[in-house]
Amino acid sequence: MFKFLLHRLLATIPVLLVVAVVVFLLLRLTPGDPAAVIAGDIATTEQIEHIRESLGLNRPLVVQFGIWFGNALQGDLGESFFFRKSVAELIAQRLEPTVALALCTIVLAVAVAVPLGVLAAWRHGGWLDRALMGFSTLGFSIPVFVLAYLLIWLVSLELGWLPVQGYRRLAEGFGPFIRHLILPSLTLSVIYIALIARVTRAAVSEALTEDFVRTARAKGLPERRVLIRHALANAAVPIVTVIGIGLALLIGGVVVTESVYAIPGLGRLTVDAVLARDFPTIQGVILLFSVAYVLVNLAIDLAYLALDPRIRY
Amino acid sequence: MDTPLAELAAEAAVPAPRAATWRRLLRNWSVRIGGALLVLLTLVSVLAPWLGTVDPTLIDPVNRDLLPGARAEVATLTGESFEHRFWMGSDSYGRDIYSRVLYGGRVSLVVGIAVALLSLFFGLIVGLTAGFLRRLDAVVMRVMDGLMAIPGILLAIALVALWRPSVPTVILAITVPEIPRVVRLTRALVLSIREEPYVEAAVSVGTTTLRLLYRHVLPNTVAPLIVQGTYICAFAILVEAILSFLGVGLSTDVPTWGNIMAEGRLQFTQYPHNVLFAGVFLALTVLAVNVLGDGLRDTLDPRFSKRGDRP
Repeated sequence: MFKFLLHRLLATIPVLLVVAVVVFLLLRLTPGDPAAVIAGDIATTEQIEHIRESLGLNRPLVVQFGIWFGNALQGDLGESFFFRKSVAELIAQRLEPTVALALCTIVLAVAVAVPLGVLAAWRHGGWLDRALMGFSTLGFSIPVFVLAYLLIWLVSLELGWLPVQGYRRLAEGFGPFIRHLILPSLTLSVIYIALIARVTRAAVSEALTEDFVRTARAKGLPERRVLIRHALANAAVPIVTVIGIGLALLIGGVVVTESVYAIPGLGRLTVDAVLARDFPTIQGVILLFSVAYVLVNLAIDLAYLALDPRIRY
Repeated sequence: MDTPLAELAAEAAVPAPRAATWRRLLRNWSVRIGGALLVLLTLVSVLAPWLGTVDPTLIDPVNRDLLPGARAEVATLTGESFEHRFWMGSDSYGRDIYSRVLYGGRVSLVVGIAVALLSLFFGLIVGLTAGFLRRLDAVVMRVMDGLMAIPGILLAIALVALWRPSVPTVILAITVPEIPRVVRLTRALVLSIREEPYVEAAVSVGTTTLRLLYRHVLPNTVAPLIVQGTYICAFAILVEAILSFLGVGLSTDVPTWGNIMAEGRLQFTQYPHNVLFAGVFLALTVLAVNVLGDGLRDTLDPRFSKRGDRP
């Protein structure tokens, strides 16, 4: 057990290192002077000189990486000349909306997708099953922003139930906070629901063919209990895995969703940074999202131990 | 070489009879529907000049914000003028949305197909290498794991921003994050094929590694890779539209579905037709490719192509 934990933790290190190298190289692969690229279009010559000095841009690439990586480890992601702030500060300011949106979406997606997947597996080949499979193919195909506009048009403009766009901080009260989050989360959750429901259906279908399910039914357990306690519990590992893998999809969706709904989060920051060619910020956001993705999936791997007592590494 | 083993090896290397596979494919409803829709959409965008379109970039302030179905005089840059029916209305520059949507399909299809082919090509090479040269395997796969940890859309956005958008750079930027997934799939296929008796048989009669790759391993990776390729194609079409929509993709004077929608969004509350027609075409195209992919997967039945592994 301890050996597994250690092994899994150590395996994360090369992955994070590759991420860091790729993000670092992003800037060096640009044609032209990296100092000028980092400084952006509005920096002065002195500022460019200062950047060259502090990041050691005249020294070998390995040394440059060392400096950059050392800074990043201490939370120093560089300076955004466009926003006139440190990248770390920028990210901290934009973190709340994105985390709120992501959590809200995950909760919504799991709450909808898992029961649907279980029911579809239970009535394999029935109308709900076919409808769900059709819906999930549609969910994979409909672009996030098309869906966003359809929902805005229907829910906000025609029915007038929810605000069209914008964001309210949690500090401004839970009511407005959640009202502004419902539509974006709904938009973002569709593709996630499609993914989780498919995997849940497949995993539960397989579990339902097992002997222990037949035994459970034979001893007269109510079907509900068979489905949840026996089938779903045994299908938990693939479902939780796909929730973790799907996070990559969610992060991509966040960028688009925040743009459509004018939410001032990290996704919106990414787009603004790209449009302003503000590379330190782009690097910082990508690094943050990737590290978050790796760590969440690490946490999920460790959660298997709790979910499935059979797994003893 | 007339040993029974050699015969066994040669027999297994021959792919399933082509005609039978085709018949099986054409009997599958997903393949029929997805394929037909895709052929139709391709024809419509390729034949756009002969389908009653005008220059998709022709700006005509007199005709701006027309509703779908409206008729109006169009004046071209050369001074000619004729009556044109705006089947899908016009945008705030007076450009014909029907023409823009039809021409926009060309970009989407080219990007989708190019990304699928390129990522399959590079993924196959790296995957075969990792699967065969075991010494490289660990290193290559760690690099791929790292690349896969970076959310694909973010990496594509950053790459486009670095290289400045054009059709080739957009294609490359979407391809890079897709390659590791193909590598993983190919490597998994190679590792399982290597365990097959026919490979063992081929090795035992002294088949060279290159010949083994070409005659035995490669043919057996084709079906799963084709399926994976369709999913990549669908995803690439989506990502290209997202890049354009966010304003970081192809320049706004190229008619792409993402660009049309990005421009239309400003007036969405008054004139939803701007966003909706491009959106419907985009969704239909991606749906067609995905449905085709599902049909191919069910027919060719590769054990490895699973949706769950494809964020």
